[in-house]
Amino acid sequence: MSDTATTENPREKLTKKAITADHPTWCPGCGDFAVLASFYKVIEKRQLDHEKIVTLAGIGCSSRFPYFVNGHGAHFIHGRAVPLASGISLARPDLHVFLFGGDGDGFSIGGNHLTHGARKNVNLTYFIMDNFVYGLTKKQTSPTSIGFKSKTDPTGAIDMPVNPMKQLISAGATFIARTHATQVNHMIQMIERAMDHPGFSAIECLSECVEFYPDVFDPADPRKGGSFEVIQEKKWDNTPEDELRHDVTDELAAYKLAQLPFPGVFGVFYQNDRPTKNALEKKWIDNSREKVGNASDLELLQKTFDRMK
Amino acid sequence: MGDPVNPDVAAVQRSAAADKATPPTATAASQSDRADLRPENIQDAVIRLAGNSQDGIQTAGAFLARLAGRSDQDVMTYMTIPSTISGGPSIFQVRIGSGEVLSAGDEADFLVAFYQHSYQDHLDFLKEGGVLLYDSDNVEPNLDDKRFVYVGVPITGLTVEALGGTAKDKGKNIFVLGLISKIFSLDVEKLKKLISEKFAGKDESIVNTALMAFQAGYAYPVGKVLTHQYQFEHIPKTGGRAQITMDGNQALAYGLIAGGVRYGAGYPITPWSSIMEVLRRELPKYGGIFVQAEDELGAVSLSLGFSYAGYLAVTGSAGPGISLKSEAIGWASMAEMPLIICNIQRGGPSTGLPTNVEQSDLHQAIFGSHGDSPRVVLAAATVEDCFYIAIEAARIARKYSTPVLILSDTSLATRIEAFDEPDLSKLIVDPKPDLTPREGGFKPYDLEKITQHVPPGTRMLDGKYPLVTGLEHDEHGHPTGSPKLHMAMTAKRRKKLQKLAEEIPVPEVYGDENGDTLLVGWGSTYGPIHDAAKLAREHGERIGAFHLRHLHPLPNGLEKIFKNFKRIVTVEMNDQGLYGFGQLGTILRARYCEPKIESFTKTDGLTFRVKEILQGVFPGKFVSVRGYSPNRPVGSNGEQDVKIARAESITQGVG
Repeated sequence: MSDTATTENPREKLTKKAITADHPTWCPGCGDFAVLASFYKVIEKRQLDHEKIVTLAGIGCSSRFPYFVNGHGAHFIHGRAVPLASGISLARPDLHVFLFGGDGDGFSIGGNHLTHGARKNVNLTYFIMDNFVYGLTKKQTSPTSIGFKSKTDPTGAIDMPVNPMKQLISAGATFIARTHATQVNHMIQMIERAMDHPGFSAIECLSECVEFYPDVFDPADPRKGGSFEVIQEKKWDNTPEDELRHDVTDELAAYKLAQLPFPGVFGVFYQNDRPTKNALEKKWIDNSREKVGNASDLELLQKTFDRMK
Repeated sequence: MGDPVNPDVAAVQRSAAADKATPPTATAASQSDRADLRPENIQDAVIRLAGNSQDGIQTAGAFLARLAGRSDQDVMTYMTIPSTISGGPSIFQVRIGSGEVLSAGDEADFLVAFYQHSYQDHLDFLKEGGVLLYDSDNVEPNLDDKRFVYVGVPITGLTVEALGGTAKDKGKNIFVLGLISKIFSLDVEKLKKLISEKFAGKDESIVNTALMAFQAGYAYPVGKVLTHQYQFEHIPKTGGRAQITMDGNQALAYGLIAGGVRYGAGYPITPWSSIMEVLRRELPKYGGIFVQAEDELGAVSLSLGFSYAGYLAVTGSAGPGISLKSEAIGWASMAEMPLIICNIQRGGPSTGLPTNVEQSDLHQAIFGSHGDSPRVVLAAATVEDCFYIAIEAARIARKYSTPVLILSDTSLATRIEAFDEPDLSKLIVDPKPDLTPREGGFKPYDLEKITQHVPPGTRMLDGKYPLVTGLEHDEHGHPTGSPKLHMAMTAKRRKKLQKLAEEIPVPEVYGDENGDTLLVGWGSTYGPIHDAAKLAREHGERIGAFHLRHLHPLPNGLEKIFKNFKRIVTVEMNDQGLYGFGQLGTILRARYCEPKIESFTKTDGLTFRVKEILQGVFPGKFVSVRGYSPNRPVGSNGEQDVKIARAESITQGVG
């Protein structure tokens, strides 16, 4: 898979312009614009090979994301983008697999895939824009809606909402972070840490729907109930302050942070270096190849047929 | 066992040329009582082993099949497995022949009954004059029925005696294999080698135990009750290619590998599971990965991820799982992504008859999704064809950037056949994706061309990267609601399959090119339909038959064949439907508006027997008195007598 044409076709610097595609179809004021801007910034900063960036999505407002990025990409069906992305990641370790979606896509229709993708620790970055509503279908209750008066819950959502952090911790995701669409610098930090993490990295980004939540929570604005409390991570400097800081490898501590009442805290909840499915499959492939003496495909198949004689 | 031996054991079809008979080849094994037996040359024998599934009769049957393959004989097997976890009545039928064997045989020449229920349930399938070999420790046959030859052997007792206490009666299957080897003068050394190979890698004592059981069966003085010892006539195969013996699911899995498929994902379901087991085990040796997914939707999505990444991938299931995958199949059709989807059909709908055979998913395969979602549907005719159809599916999926469904079924999945070794060096396909940089102007959905997917990692030299999508799109993959574009793109997706239809060969007609009746089949019924046409011709009917491997699109030019016949009858293992036609029959009538087309269908969950087809296609003719279970009437297009069906119903504790 070496790119023999590299020398013939020298690369230009990857600019925001080069990775910008269609103008987003989101509503004016939507937090998803800021997510897109942060993503552009990360790509520009990191100067990845353009052709190795893959953006993927399921269905929903935020899942329109790939149309706005000029790069290889796919817009898939509702809820199934995690296994689609897993296939791409497993077959092609050379690619940077970015997956975008919303709360309905990830925690409702795609809940099973989220759980198993995280458990298997497939190497990919999943950015979940949580707007607390089914926006594209015009205001139905979403799995993260909290008491929300929607068209399907006219008196307010009665079911207990999903707690995305708890869900991800118990599923076994190996990088779990939370950020907010109004906090661009924090978002960029989280995206970079997620993409550098080998394994299933998930970021929940609060991006409350400006259309259907008129009194939207804004962490930057105390008048809108907001404060943006960032998790202080342990520095392991043996200071007394450090005792109080959060150990990101401590699953129970992460779970406790996840229990804080809304809007909770932001930053990295949990991270560990459990082997990825990509690495485990590769190990099996390497062992198998060694066992068969690195035989060619034809030799291998012929040998099988010889045994069937 | 007091019954006198029938002097004219017509249990096996005699060689037409008895004078060509050669004496049985002496083998190294004991032949102390061989002198008692008259050698007789045969060309064909059907042996049915009936017992419970935990008795290992599949293992014994598979040994016979593999031995036949190694001895250049044609072989076909047929089995039923209960859907219980362990136990329940089960059969394995082996038909071994020196000539062409296409069907598993309507009637058995030889029935091995391990239990009373095996004897009672399967005596109807024993040919008049056939040999009943029974375990006299467990079976009490009605010896007054003079139609059969009775050979009682205390199989359980002798096995326990031969192997000693701890194994109990485990090993009965291998004991019986020894008995059969003696009766049919099978090549003992080859069989012992097969047994050793089978248990190789396990504890050495297991191999020794198996060989002891085999020896005990072989040494049993069966000559005291049988006058004949049979010897398969050796007709050297022309062409000189070695015979490969495997079941249909193995053939399909290895065909996929030959076709360059290195990635896939699946979820366990009978009878598909063994394909995913083979691929999970084999693909890492080829540098690939097969993922056991969390569910069917995850499996098809993972596979689409592999295909999108540049490696044509496979997923599969049985009907219920295909239903779950069908939304993603719609995406593959819309996004024009190559993908292979295997449907190993079973009895449906819903959980249905999970371990029986049915061909009732044809319409699901062709239409099962939403919107106008054209895809390709192929069906394998034989075990050998499972191998070749997989390669064909991979070729079409790549060339036309389309989902391709392969239909197989329970009977193909589980039966073992021997076939000519394929020339792998000519067939094997390189799986590597093409990542060479693309010049400017590339459009993922060019209206003038057949879409060719460009995988990620490919540099686009004009800086414009393609997006694949399930939304209706323009040529660049951008979403559009334009009525004109939806019309043009819908037509584009359809036209590429019409283009494919042009290159599909018209199937060959077997038998009469002109005549009264034309049988049309698809899938695993190839053998019995072919044999039915052959038998009908021998009885003076003017009849032809052809078999479709490409079901969607159909090959062009079938109307030229149809016009040469007065009646066209599709023979299918599915229901006649509300309007009286099988699923293929319905498609052909819609395609050709041809009133001559009719259907003979059945839904008993069992493979077709040759005479059953003849009785169904020619009502009132070919009435056979034997070979039928009295409670499985046919002849009225699968209609069952309600009273008879009720008699079969279980009052409580449904399994």
